[in-house]
Amino acid sequence: MSTGSSLSVRGLSKSFGAPQLALSSVDLDIRPGEMVALIGASGSGKSTLLRHISGFVAADAGSGEVKVGERTMQSGGRIARDIRHLRTEVGFVFQQFNLVGRLSVMTNVLAGLLTRVPAWRSLVMRFTREEKAEAWRALKSVGIENLAWQRASTLSGGQQQRVAIARALVQRARIILADEPIASLDPESARNVMEILARINREQGITVLVSLHQVQFARRYCVRTVALRLGEVVYDGPSEALDAKLLRNLYGAAVEEMLDGTETIDAVMNDPVVAEGLRPAAASA
Amino acid sequence: MTQAATIPPGALSPPGGPRRTLAQAFGWAVFALVLLWAWKGADMRPLDLWKDSGNMKVFLAEFFPPDFREWKSYLREMIVTVHIAVWGTVLAIVCAVPCGLLSSSNIVPWWVYQPVRRVMDACRAINEMVFAMLFIVAVGLGPFAGVLALWIHTTGTLAKLFSEAVEAIDPRPVEGVRATGSSAIEEIVYGVIPQVMPLWISYSLYRFESNVRSASVVGMVGAGGIGVILYEVIRGFEYAQTCAVMLIIITFVSSIDLISARVRKLFI
Repeated sequence: MSTGSSLSVRGLSKSFGAPQLALSSVDLDIRPGEMVALIGASGSGKSTLLRHISGFVAADAGSGEVKVGERTMQSGGRIARDIRHLRTEVGFVFQQFNLVGRLSVMTNVLAGLLTRVPAWRSLVMRFTREEKAEAWRALKSVGIENLAWQRASTLSGGQQQRVAIARALVQRARIILADEPIASLDPESARNVMEILARINREQGITVLVSLHQVQFARRYCVRTVALRLGEVVYDGPSEALDAKLLRNLYGAAVEEMLDGTETIDAVMNDPVVAEGLRPAAASA
Repeated sequence: MTQAATIPPGALSPPGGPRRTLAQAFGWAVFALVLLWAWKGADMRPLDLWKDSGNMKVFLAEFFPPDFREWKSYLREMIVTVHIAVWGTVLAIVCAVPCGLLSSSNIVPWWVYQPVRRVMDACRAINEMVFAMLFIVAVGLGPFAGVLALWIHTTGTLAKLFSEAVEAIDPRPVEGVRATGSSAIEEIVYGVIPQVMPLWISYSLYRFESNVRSASVVGMVGAGGIGVILYEVIRGFEYAQTCAVMLIIITFVSSIDLISARVRKLFI
């Protein structure tokens, strides 16, 4: 049983050269083992924040600090020198899965343990029996071990996203950042992927920060929600308090985008389990 | 409908839309002038083709029937030619992989890819024949000079093609590999190479084909292979033998084309 990492973001700002800040002095603290939703309309800075945490992007010069556990990913607009090594602790799940389509599912998952494999073996793609067994177990835990030897490109979106989660597991990440992991999936796969993230969080204690386009999923799967609007944190608290009224206050007209009655939402809302989960929120409205 | 009626006529064509401009006419005029100028420079005398057609007939007649008496030595040298192409191409592929990556703008910073690209340009700009003549001075007459010539020139060509493939990749899988904490080289091996592999193989096979053609020419300056024989029989006015040699080259080159087309299909 691994334990999750904590996350601390302090005064993070990013401008991308435009006058409107993509992130405006964002503060965020996540305790080890929490599962937190990050919501907001498109362009509110969800992806940008996650990409800063992972050190893909540097914040504005002199601004902010990101720490995962005790390790500083970036500070004062400078990404840590050993960022590649630090990323091992931070799993990242992308909206478009970001698998290598021409490689097998197995190799894609094995890519998660490259940092633990000596270079001479990793560069010729040779892995030991134990390493393959570990990848196999990860695939089994997300329920697609039977697809291990297929090319990743032949899988459906939901299956590919599960491969990506398996990769983060093999990586032994202690926090998983998921950037809109279900935005490209059909309702059934979306629910499946969220269930898996919730289970990893619950059973292995891995911290999960998941950005979501739609509020319903946040209320269903995460106790705590952080809401962004135009790069600012406008809400940080219990997910169940996020009812339509509060959201309308936070987002005005843009709220329709986050509450829209697409089939995704319908499928989730009609699910008895989900309806159960939504009841407190509805009651407090 | 009512809305359409309120739009003033002509409003639907964008401002500054298509106009047959003076600039276009000028462009065509320049093109015509260039053609005329080049006609003089290239000493174009199409009438001579007709005027001297009698000579041509006599000349062509000397090619037939082809004289295959020396076929054993032709075949031996043709195989040497293929050997030159094999080694020239393989060495070039080995060098073109790093050079191609180092001239890709999405892999390395500009102060790396700009100089590497210029070096590759230089390798490519000079014809194999020229390199062959230089290497003959360095390593003496024979096939090895041909290999070196093909190697340098093909490295320049393949590096450019390889880097163009790399620059066209989908960056997302690479980022996926990066997110696992891998090193920069692992990122390339796992994220970039699998994406470009089919194109790289296809380009390499294509270069092999054209190197078989080139290898038969570099021989003409003394760099080994069938080219040496071709040069000798042409200089000796042995047109029937020339014809036989040309037929052998055509047969080899076409069959290699066919085979490599088959192989290419396997990888795509």
